[in-house]
Amino acid sequence: MSIDQHGLDPSADGTAALVAEDRPPRSLLRSLLRNPFAIASLAYILLIVVVAILCPWIAPFPPNKTDLSAVNAPPFTGGHLFGADASGRDILSRLMWGSQQTIIACVLVLTVALILGGISGLIAGYYRGRTEAVASFVSDVAQSLPGIVMLIALYSLIGPNIPAAMAIFGVIVAPSFYRLVRSVVVAVRNELYIDAAKVVGLSDARIVGRHVLSAVRAPVIVQSAFVLATAVAILAGVDFLGLGDPSQPSWGRVLSDAFNNIYTNPANVIWPSLVITLMILSFILLGNALRDTLQASFRSATLRPGRRRTLARSAQDERVAGVNDLTPPQDVILAIRGLKIGYPTSNDEVREVVHGVDLDVRKGEIHGLVGESGSGKSQLAFSTLGILPREAVILGGSIFFEGKDLLADPARMRAARGRKIGYVPQEPMSNLDPSFTIGAQLTHGLRAATGLSKSDARTKLLALLARVGIADPERLMRLYPHEISGGMAQRVLICGAVAADPELIVADEPTTALDVTVQAEVLELLRELSRERGLAMVIVTHNLGVVADICDTVSVMKDGRIVERNDVDTLFAAPADPYTRDLLVSSRQVELMEAEDG
Amino acid sequence: MAEPLLSVTDLVVRYGGRRGGKTVIDGVSLDLNAGETVSLVGESGSGKTTIGRAILGLAPVTGGTIQFRGQKIDNIPRSRRRQIARDLQVIFQDPYSSLNPSMTVESILAEPLRAAGVTAGRDRVRELLDAVGLPADAGRRYPREFSGGQRQRIAIARALALEPSVIVCDEPTSALDVTTQARVLALLADIQKATGVAYLFISHDLGVVHAISDRIAVLNSGQIVELGDARQIVSRPQHPYTRRLLMAAPVADPPRQRAKRAQRLALLQRDAPEEPAAPHDAVA
Amino acid sequence: MLLYLVKHLLRAVAVLLLVSFATFAMMFSNGTGVARAVLGLNASEEQVQAKVAELGLDRPLVVQYWDWLTGAVTGDLGVSFFTGQAVTDALETRVPVTLSLIILTLLLTTVISVVLGVTAALYGGWIDRVLQFIAVLGAAIPPYIVAIGLVFAFAIAVPFYPATGYIPATDGVSAWLWSLTLPVTALLIGSVANAAAQFRGAVMDTLTQDYVRTLRSRGIRQSELLFRHVLRNSAGPGLVVLSLLTLGLIGGALFIETVFALPGVGQLSILAATGGDVPMVMGTVIFVIVLVLIVNILAELLGALLNPKVRIR
Repeated sequence: MSIDQHGLDPSADGTAALVAEDRPPRSLLRSLLRNPFAIASLAYILLIVVVAILCPWIAPFPPNKTDLSAVNAPPFTGGHLFGADASGRDILSRLMWGSQQTIIACVLVLTVALILGGISGLIAGYYRGRTEAVASFVSDVAQSLPGIVMLIALYSLIGPNIPAAMAIFGVIVAPSFYRLVRSVVVAVRNELYIDAAKVVGLSDARIVGRHVLSAVRAPVIVQSAFVLATAVAILAGVDFLGLGDPSQPSWGRVLSDAFNNIYTNPANVIWPSLVITLMILSFILLGNALRDTLQASFRSATLRPGRRRTLARSAQDERVAGVNDLTPPQDVILAIRGLKIGYPTSNDEVREVVHGVDLDVRKGEIHGLVGESGSGKSQLAFSTLGILPREAVILGGSIFFEGKDLLADPARMRAARGRKIGYVPQEPMSNLDPSFTIGAQLTHGLRAATGLSKSDARTKLLALLARVGIADPERLMRLYPHEISGGMAQRVLICGAVAADPELIVADEPTTALDVTVQAEVLELLRELSRERGLAMVIVTHNLGVVADICDTVSVMKDGRIVERNDVDTLFAAPADPYTRDLLVSSRQVELMEAEDG
Repeated sequence: MAEPLLSVTDLVVRYGGRRGGKTVIDGVSLDLNAGETVSLVGESGSGKTTIGRAILGLAPVTGGTIQFRGQKIDNIPRSRRRQIARDLQVIFQDPYSSLNPSMTVESILAEPLRAAGVTAGRDRVRELLDAVGLPADAGRRYPREFSGGQRQRIAIARALALEPSVIVCDEPTSALDVTTQARVLALLADIQKATGVAYLFISHDLGVVHAISDRIAVLNSGQIVELGDARQIVSRPQHPYTRRLLMAAPVADPPRQRAKRAQRLALLQRDAPEEPAAPHDAVA
Repeated sequence: MLLYLVKHLLRAVAVLLLVSFATFAMMFSNGTGVARAVLGLNASEEQVQAKVAELGLDRPLVVQYWDWLTGAVTGDLGVSFFTGQAVTDALETRVPVTLSLIILTLLLTTVISVVLGVTAALYGGWIDRVLQFIAVLGAAIPPYIVAIGLVFAFAIAVPFYPATGYIPATDGVSAWLWSLTLPVTALLIGSVANAAAQFRGAVMDTLTQDYVRTLRSRGIRQSELLFRHVLRNSAGPGLVVLSLLTLGLIGGALFIETVFALPGVGQLSILAATGGDVPMVMGTVIFVIVLVLIVNILAELLGALLNPKVRIR
């Protein structure tokens, strides 16, 4: 257990803070109080603070008052609520007086860590360069030793001086604030609104004050709760080990006294253990609650498994009952009927984003699926391959491929995926596994789909890579993704899609991320591949120029519905739906006529 | 002939020190006159964004000069930037990253005003919102409550706040849907008509800029390969690279696109021997 | 790759020198204080001054450090101010105890946390919720309290395991494991809670990557996808988790040794510190630094092997 590292979440690098809302303090308290854990934690912490302040008046006994008649008294006897220890001292009183030391330690650790770590993180993150290199090195060094070891070494110097030890512990914990603040500042610095502020001429101080600090505030508050949890644990630990002042009452010392006495009076360890653990737990729960409130992460709602099963079952019942069966004509390779896709908005509710879509793709046809962002076109594409995100729910409908419904039998979907239906993704670089060579991942894919031997797969891939326009396929197979360009990566992905000789390719915006000259070449390649192999294609795009270039048939999608479908010449010449017309008008405004020969 | 508002002469921007550094801009010169729109067009890696950033003081200038209203503005301190900010503003590409998510729209629009020492009255903010077609109550809301196109309008309003004479538009419509793109371009044209502001328009899409530009500069690998009147560049391009760019962009009209494709293939075969290796096929 | 390794080794040496000097300065700067601690509260001024001279504490700090350093490099870490025993001798008997504790816990933690974390990331649902619950509990209960609880439950209430004492492996492996059962369990609970949650996070991050979806679309089966691609890519962040974990285990081991009276380095450091035996304390600190640096370098090395961007240079 890493006692110095409560809540140091490696993913809490501050980027969540950038998309989070920054609420004014009043409503923060209100939303926090809606969380029962937060209420309990705040209550307990407040209780300890109150006890620490009022203990001279409310503690039943002075902390060091010994009473030989009460030695090892069990709880609830003779005015000792928690019993008495081996010297006859009242445990409850000692714990109450000990809370003073705890509160002071918390304040010390947090203040030192925050000021030291926060300010250095701010400067290092904003100015970078050598300042950052030095500060990061120091921070790494400070983090490389367990805090407790340093405190033990420190004891030789300062003796049983708890406030000094806690201040030093603040220095030891400062790197956690340094790292957090630095990463938030670095991320914020790259935001365009900082550039806009610079163009306006705001001084660095003003930029930091107005923009950077507001981004840093939330994660620092969350981290503070976890640092306080660590402070309590370390303080009690130091006292427990006997490195504290024996004349001062402290939670750790009460614990160690009780532990040394565990055979005679085992029950005595319960009280200090409870008090310490509850305090640490409160800070941790408070930190989690603060994180949930301040850094509203956009984790999508998860559907209850039972609800998901019910929805799946009713969709399947419909399929079995043949509700969607309109026997598609012979030459239609893909026929989507009444497809409904939704995403959960809560445990029980699902919002439909694709509302009963029909789509036909004939053998060898290149079918364009056009729509703007949010139209649902990518959802449709993913559903044919069964690669929708985990949260998605298919609420109904069928996907007939070569006459059989893929949704009715998951085994059919698995058999078709990769083997009969290939996928070309949008973003070339992020769709290649960075840990494997190009050759390795292409081979894995091909062998998984076809069961070819390693050498057969390799031969086939080499030929295919040459076909898609790679100059030196042998060399490329040995390279890693980070060593190739975007255009090459897209060709590799096309190769991977086509390698198993599928009947249908589903391409999700295959050229959007490419330069226009590369786009033209890739479109040419796709067209040629389709003609050579009789491949049908579904090309998802928002670019009507691409559609005009390569597609035979077009379906236009808006808000989860197909509003128009036609062959490409008719659709462009005489669009029926007003939305299609709007799209065409907007597209034509930004296009070029053919160049005159110059 | 009036002096150009903005004048870039032999600009060089180089990163990475003496050994193994990268020259992003390699000797670029261009002018921007009052009220006109000059577009910088290039593919990724051409350096077009860096030119914009150098003009705005966001990228260091290694060589050459940039003059605004006759005064040198390359590598000047932030305090001097403040004076120029009244006259030289920016609209960025990403509407999600260019507005601080934790500030209200009103404070976003008031920021340039306050920086220039102008009292940021509510009226002025409402005026700006109106100029870009946003409702008056938008001021109280946060950026996340608006769509991409609307956020871009907020960014335009912010650029207009100090009534600049030059706005650098860094791919302002690349991240938007095609219908929204058309509307934002129309808005930019209207604003130019109403205020006479000059635009330095940076884009990867010749199609987007050809209708709104007076002159176009085509960039490749940090150099201007062709610079001239917009209509002429688009109808009678001289440089092979410009021709390639023009021919590669597909048009939303199947018969015309088929003809264009045939023309492009013919052109490629004709120009093939003179072409250097396409930079994007090289290993990174 | 070789350059990378050398760079990190040099960095480690620099850190070693820096931290050892800082610690040395911290402990040996107050010569009279040290002497007084050794002699006890009742010592007279002259006795203290004599002790200072005897132990060489009046020499300049840098000279003292240099002496110590040159000795340390040859394996001589000085002698105890109390017993006169060589520090290295004392460490020799105690290092195996501490290492047994840490390494056993690390191995068990890794296995359990990886299984828990990966399962929670893949299947979500109730496993995930249980994991989050355990994570909070494990973080909230400090190791010494867990240890006390275990002693209470298994050594007192149900006298099954030994509450204290350590049996070295040379006396029999099963006896050795027996004596370490409660201590390892005490450390294990907190560290599994922490590590499992972080492994879960690392695997979830990988699962949401685009290339995982693309590989699925090629027809690669779930199991191959998981073991070949997902785990491989999660291993990098996983190593970071493990090296941080080891750091925490070293600190936690200290408390465990105290509770279970294990004759390890941790117990030695506390005894030496409270007694003012600074050379001994220095020796234990050096042990910890070296251990941490070795763990870091191993983690960096493995991470570099796994990451093609570093390997190919």
